[in-house]
Amino acid sequence: MDRVSKILRSQFTFAVIAIFIGFLVAALVLGATGYNPLEVYSILFKGMFSKPRYIMNIIIKASPIILTGISFAFALRVGLFNIGVEGQYIVGTIAAAVVGILFDFPSYIQFPLVLLAGTLAGGLYGAISGLLKAKRGIHEVITGIMFNWIAFYAGNYIVNLERFHEPGTTTTYQINASGLDPIYNWKMSEAGLEVIRNNEFIREVIGKTSANIGIIIAIIVALTIHFILKNTTIGYELRAVGMNKHASEAAGINVAKNTIQTFLIAGAIAGLSGALSITGVSHRLFELMAQENYGFNGLSVALMAGGSPIGCIFAGLLFAGLTYGGGTIQLEIGAPSEIIDILIGTIVFCMALVSLIPLIINKINQRGGKKDVK
Amino acid sequence: MRIQEDYAVQMRGITKRFGTFTALDSVDIDIKRGTIHSILGENGAGKTTLMSILYGLLNADEGEIYINGKKVDVKNPNVAIEHGIGMVHQHFMLVENFTIAQNIILGMEETKGFGVIDIDKANKKILDIIEKYGLEVDPNAVIEEVSVGMQQKVEIIKALYRGADILILDEPTAVLTPQEIEELLNIMHKLVDDGKTVIIITHKLKEIKQSAEKCTILRRGKYIDTVDVANVSEEELANLMVGRAVNLVVDKSPAKFGDVVFEIDDLYVKNEKDLYAVKGLNLKIRRGEILGIAGVDGNGQKELVEAITNLRPTDKGEIKINGKEIQNTSPKNVIENKVATIHEDRQKVGLVLDFTVAENVILESFNKPEYSKRGIILKDKAVKKAKELIKKFDIRPDDCENLPVKGLSGGNQQKVIIARELENNPDLLIAVQPTRGLDVGAIEYIHKTLVQERDKGKAILLISFELDEIMNLSDTIAVIYDGAIVDTFEQGTIDERTIGLLMAGGKVNG
Repeated sequence: MDRVSKILRSQFTFAVIAIFIGFLVAALVLGATGYNPLEVYSILFKGMFSKPRYIMNIIIKASPIILTGISFAFALRVGLFNIGVEGQYIVGTIAAAVVGILFDFPSYIQFPLVLLAGTLAGGLYGAISGLLKAKRGIHEVITGIMFNWIAFYAGNYIVNLERFHEPGTTTTYQINASGLDPIYNWKMSEAGLEVIRNNEFIREVIGKTSANIGIIIAIIVALTIHFILKNTTIGYELRAVGMNKHASEAAGINVAKNTIQTFLIAGAIAGLSGALSITGVSHRLFELMAQENYGFNGLSVALMAGGSPIGCIFAGLLFAGLTYGGGTIQLEIGAPSEIIDILIGTIVFCMALVSLIPLIINKINQRGGKKDVK
Repeated sequence: MRIQEDYAVQMRGITKRFGTFTALDSVDIDIKRGTIHSILGENGAGKTTLMSILYGLLNADEGEIYINGKKVDVKNPNVAIEHGIGMVHQHFMLVENFTIAQNIILGMEETKGFGVIDIDKANKKILDIIEKYGLEVDPNAVIEEVSVGMQQKVEIIKALYRGADILILDEPTAVLTPQEIEELLNIMHKLVDDGKTVIIITHKLKEIKQSAEKCTILRRGKYIDTVDVANVSEEELANLMVGRAVNLVVDKSPAKFGDVVFEIDDLYVKNEKDLYAVKGLNLKIRRGEILGIAGVDGNGQKELVEAITNLRPTDKGEIKINGKEIQNTSPKNVIENKVATIHEDRQKVGLVLDFTVAENVILESFNKPEYSKRGIILKDKAVKKAKELIKKFDIRPDDCENLPVKGLSGGNQQKVIIARELENNPDLLIAVQPTRGLDVGAIEYIHKTLVQERDKGKAILLISFELDEIMNLSDTIAVIYDGAIVDTFEQGTIDERTIGLLMAGGKVNG
């Protein structure tokens, strides 16, 4: 019994079970609406893995939501619900686009500068929520949601400024080429074009996609955040505050400072994610009709990852894979791609139930006892 | 013993397991009708578990329950209530902003029909109970405005209102003043005179001596003995409970006072409701002195401690340690000025429960060069220090440095806090309810440690709601009432009754 409990308690096992249940529930829904689940799933997986290009596209789609996922997971560790991650992401895209268009330094300065602009903007934007929470006690969910809309409309305002707006479109000008992703710039160079002409594989995964360095940065950020939380004094403080604010305060830890710091870091990660989307994929800022959900999807990713920064890498890939592959099932057999939302929703739901599983195990162990009394 | 009708409760072979832990191991108990029967045991001995089974909150894995000689399957509290059992829990279960009468009838409302409450009828029934047993309460008062002692009476009336013949009281005196305790004992005797049966769960030996006829002792889930209280001494009861000889009186040499280390001058502090909880409080503590603050909970103790530790701002007045003002700075500054605090709520304010013992040990010092270098925590050093303290303070299990502190027993959690706080070599040690909820063994240890620290020349501020603890430990006793120190006495110049009177806001003549 003990051994079984132990295995059941591991986070990884939970994730596998949650994913399995997700597929099962989606299969039931598919079956009930007259589709063969096995056929749907085989098309889904074909849509995900049958070509190297598909895999590259999944990675490209995963990068930003891994980062927003880490942003959300990081704040969650400190006991803060950073729903403002969407707005911090948008502010990151705005700052990156503005700096990318206004300046034109050599590439080795310009590219980091654009990323830095997005990171800083996202961080400062997040820090406002932190400041309001720390100094005035305003709940971060309230400010977060409002700031999401402020960012959204600020973005649309910037797109329409004469200095940035490209006539005849609903976007800004493209950012200066010096600020674009190194992989993109290499691909467009003489040498790059040469390789792409001659190597079919490279042509497939880089030439035909928006391949960028986002995933590498996402992995570095995940590892860094993991390290910070685990080994540094900052991480120690943040975890202490997240687990017990009162004891931390009594022990001399400055809780207000930590709240602001957390939002600064979480916002910076979200802003970086936005900047990488500009440099790597869109190259320009679009006028938005609705929020793009990169932030909100990060929330799902973080919850699927059970709040672990490294887990966000895998959860982000899974999320991107399912949504990307989901597009093909509609094309191929007309099954609604919304089934993917049901699938992901079920996984998130099951992961949220994870905290209940040890309780259920305890209950079974107690054999019908009602509550734990000393 | 056979199952007999003149026994209100008989429990046979009660066994209860939580996972692999056996909380109760084939326990028997016989409680005669119309008596006060006490159940004695250390924390975790299984007293509350046994009574929770009787009240149907828990179900036994094995064993039988007989009520008034009849076998009853007490599946849930409703069955218990049907059979005339009532329980007053350690933590009251009252609706704060309801009146006393509303609380009493809650769930058993008498109606005039159409769901309209017949409050007059209810009031009459309540007043009958109040009069019969001398339970002086005002049915129209709102719960949040009455004292803890009053709330307890409400709980008792609540049980009686539901027709209880057998009343279980779980640690009823923990929060009461001496006068209130006396009153409670009177009420218990009146109940018994009326033919009711009272079961009292406690670890306070004195009260058992004062009230109960029989006492059943449990130790680590096992039945030890049932004794006639009249024939045993407090010491004998303590030894039975712990299983070894215990020293009930704190060994203590006369105090050698040094200079004044800590001083509070005309302090004013507000509470959450923006009212003054501490009003014009003055205090002085010397080196080598244990100053005990006696008082009923809610007279400003909490706000006082929070003001000293800078968890709460002050409005007026000075708090000085070694002559330096520390009010309205930061908790960190207070710690750096050599003030260490054992907070009342060890799980909420004292420890990060999900952290390991080692992580908790460095909670106040992780930023110091001993435990971190260029922003990286030196885990090995923390673990090494934890191991050292585990040995020094006899924290158990003795290999717990990397276990979450929430897995430790209350006494061992408290030892982790004390170890950490003393590590900072404080000049002032504040101990708030340092033994709350701990068993006799741990209490003995903590009291000894406090006296040792005093003898090392530290100033100690002891705040406790247990008057015995204050009387036992303090060199100087200060009585707090309504946010101010009403009087201060040298140890030995004052008796408990007078202090009890002052604690309740009374005046001492002369």
